[in-house]
Amino acid sequence: MADFVQHLHPAWQALIRVVLFVLPSFMLVPIVIWWERRLLGWMQDRIGPNRVGNITFSRTSRFVPSLLKGKKFKLFGLLQPMADFGKLIFKEDITPTAVDRLIYFIAPGLALFPAFALGATIPWGPYPWLTPVADVNIGVLYIMAVSSFGVYGIVLAGYASDNKFSLMGGLRSSAQLISYELAMGMSLACIVMATGSLKPSAMVAAQSGPLWGLDYAPFNLIQNWNILTPYGLVAAIIFAICMIAETNRPPFDLPEAENELVAGYHTEYSSVKFATFFMAEYLSIIVYGIIMSTIFMGGWHLLPIRFDVMAANYNSFGDVWNLLDTLNGSSLLAPIWVIAKACAVASSYIWIRATLPRLRYDQLMSLGWKSLLPFATANLIVVAIWIVATKVANPVIGWFAVVVSAAILYALYKTINRLNLRNRPNLASRTVTMVDEPPQRREVELVDPAPAPT
Amino acid sequence: MNGVPLAAYIGLGLFMFTTGVVGVIVRKSPIVIFMCIELMLNSVNLTFLAFARYQMVPVASPERLQHSMMAGQMIVIFVMAVAAAEVAVGLGIIMAIFRLRDNVDIDEMNLLRG
Amino acid sequence: MNQTVGGVAVTPELLMFGAIAGAAAICAVGVVAFNNAVRSALCLVVNFFLLAVLYFTLNAEMLGITQVVVYTGAIMVLFLFVVMLLNLGGSKLVHEKSDWKKFVGILLGCGLFVILGAQILPQLVHVQPMQLDQDLAKFGGPEAIGRTLFTEYAYPFEAVSVLLLIGIVGSILLAKRRI
Repeated sequence: MADFVQHLHPAWQALIRVVLFVLPSFMLVPIVIWWERRLLGWMQDRIGPNRVGNITFSRTSRFVPSLLKGKKFKLFGLLQPMADFGKLIFKEDITPTAVDRLIYFIAPGLALFPAFALGATIPWGPYPWLTPVADVNIGVLYIMAVSSFGVYGIVLAGYASDNKFSLMGGLRSSAQLISYELAMGMSLACIVMATGSLKPSAMVAAQSGPLWGLDYAPFNLIQNWNILTPYGLVAAIIFAICMIAETNRPPFDLPEAENELVAGYHTEYSSVKFATFFMAEYLSIIVYGIIMSTIFMGGWHLLPIRFDVMAANYNSFGDVWNLLDTLNGSSLLAPIWVIAKACAVASSYIWIRATLPRLRYDQLMSLGWKSLLPFATANLIVVAIWIVATKVANPVIGWFAVVVSAAILYALYKTINRLNLRNRPNLASRTVTMVDEPPQRREVELVDPAPAPT
Repeated sequence: MNGVPLAAYIGLGLFMFTTGVVGVIVRKSPIVIFMCIELMLNSVNLTFLAFARYQMVPVASPERLQHSMMAGQMIVIFVMAVAAAEVAVGLGIIMAIFRLRDNVDIDEMNLLRG
Repeated sequence: MNQTVGGVAVTPELLMFGAIAGAAAICAVGVVAFNNAVRSALCLVVNFFLLAVLYFTLNAEMLGITQVVVYTGAIMVLFLFVVMLLNLGGSKLVHEKSDWKKFVGILLGCGLFVILGAQILPQLVHVQPMQLDQDLAKFGGPEAIGRTLFTEYAYPFEAVSVLLLIGIVGSILLAKRRI
């Protein structure tokens, strides 16, 4: 298939690559919607939707063959997203009269376009002619650019609705998005520095090296996934938090939460336009999951174990190490592993939604600017020190320098924080101090009832 | 791109620049004037990058060629950084003025006129 | 397709450039022409995006993507914020009545274009881009820009970062209601 693709005109090749990326992402959206509702229901101790699509054949009708009389086929609610989209399509499309028509109509499309365009530089497998859509030298920076572009759909939707609450929701949401893009860019910069290239395909290739760069046993049996390194773990956590904030998901969904601003920036949008916003949100969850798994969790490899080194060093019965190596990362199963990892990241999104309460807006902004950005910058400095120390001396000295510099930066951060809050009340956490004594416990007297008159 | 003459890029840059100049002169709202200033800065960026790509004057050695090509890119980086800082400060000034006077006409802001 | 227009061969690249540049020029005129400040800002956003595409055609890929991140993604969002916060969007607020000064301004702008263009453009019509081999074609990529920025241009880099710091502090001070 690669030979066939190679002989086509470059425009056709690009079109095939785009279709190969867009179609699976599009197909994953209803699955993630269903999975969210079921998993959220399970975590909240209830059953999610399980009625749609259940087929119960009649027991008495003549038209049903006897094999099927009375049988029930359960679909576990898998058609629920289809039913949702059907309902949304057939709803009445209400457009308020005082909206700015042009902007009102292009805002949903402007929200959907970055969700698709985000994943254009991410490789789905080791097939250079088929994925990624564009293997440019600036791969990771393209992701930052497109996520910056995603702010426009929200701010224009909020503005065009001619509704003060929508406008406020739109402005708040875009302020949140651009605040968390900074920490996201800083955490990506750590990984770019550690890998030495901006291309996600180079990051996946670098992550198949030995763990922590140490080329002796037992470290050379484990792949160097970025999430398994200390700086990578910190960067992955920061990236995950920023990812959840970028897609406006709980606990960062103040601009679109129902009891805050009705529905925020998409209040005035009904039926198909709302379905577009909905789809854009879930699509960006999926694509951000793919991005996170590519950059931090090794891309298209399933397990972080280097089976080729095992094949070289350990004798095997029936060539099992090579078989496992092919299954792990070099075969047709690679896109399936990518989708599986994206679904794992989406499950963690749903888990966080079920667990954490919503952040208030000032808490949200102070988390982004005062906590995540300094941590990401400190992480960047630690990675820089690690690279310099590894080049100047051997890797062990490098890791030692990492620990020392991380401790120094942490102490610096804490002292600056302490100096800052010297004379000011800490409003971020509002605790209550009791000034009165707790009410006295009354002793309960057990009194026999009055004897009944005989 | 191969096949596009340099005059095309420079012509576009020139057109954008003069449109920006006309906008600064004609419009009354300070925000739109600011946007026309950004338009002018971007036209200058385009011109620099076009000249960096289409090396018109043959240079002596490959190092000079590399230096000459990179110089165009560097100045564009600095122009972008300066424009970003200028927009931040300028919009802060505009917001401070509007908070005080609630007036959107730049012809009315003539307190410093002698 | 070997026609020539005024001495320049018409190639598919020229047509594609014409499409992108024509749209960029129309958006530039739209920035000036719209009364509504939000539509002006949106025209400018489209203009910047098309300019980023043009930077990609000039082999300056790092600068093209930086244009999208910085200009389209940050500066124009800031503009839109200010327009929406100060509610400058409706054209009912500023009634710019058409007077003769506007036409004189447009005429003088055309005059500027003609004067400058007549001197510069005819000499550049036949300049074709330099042929680049594999190594030189990466001159707009991140490695080349990073290397040059941090070695030859390290001093302007540090000066610009101080300038950005001054910008941050200044805009925070301007925007605070009480210090």
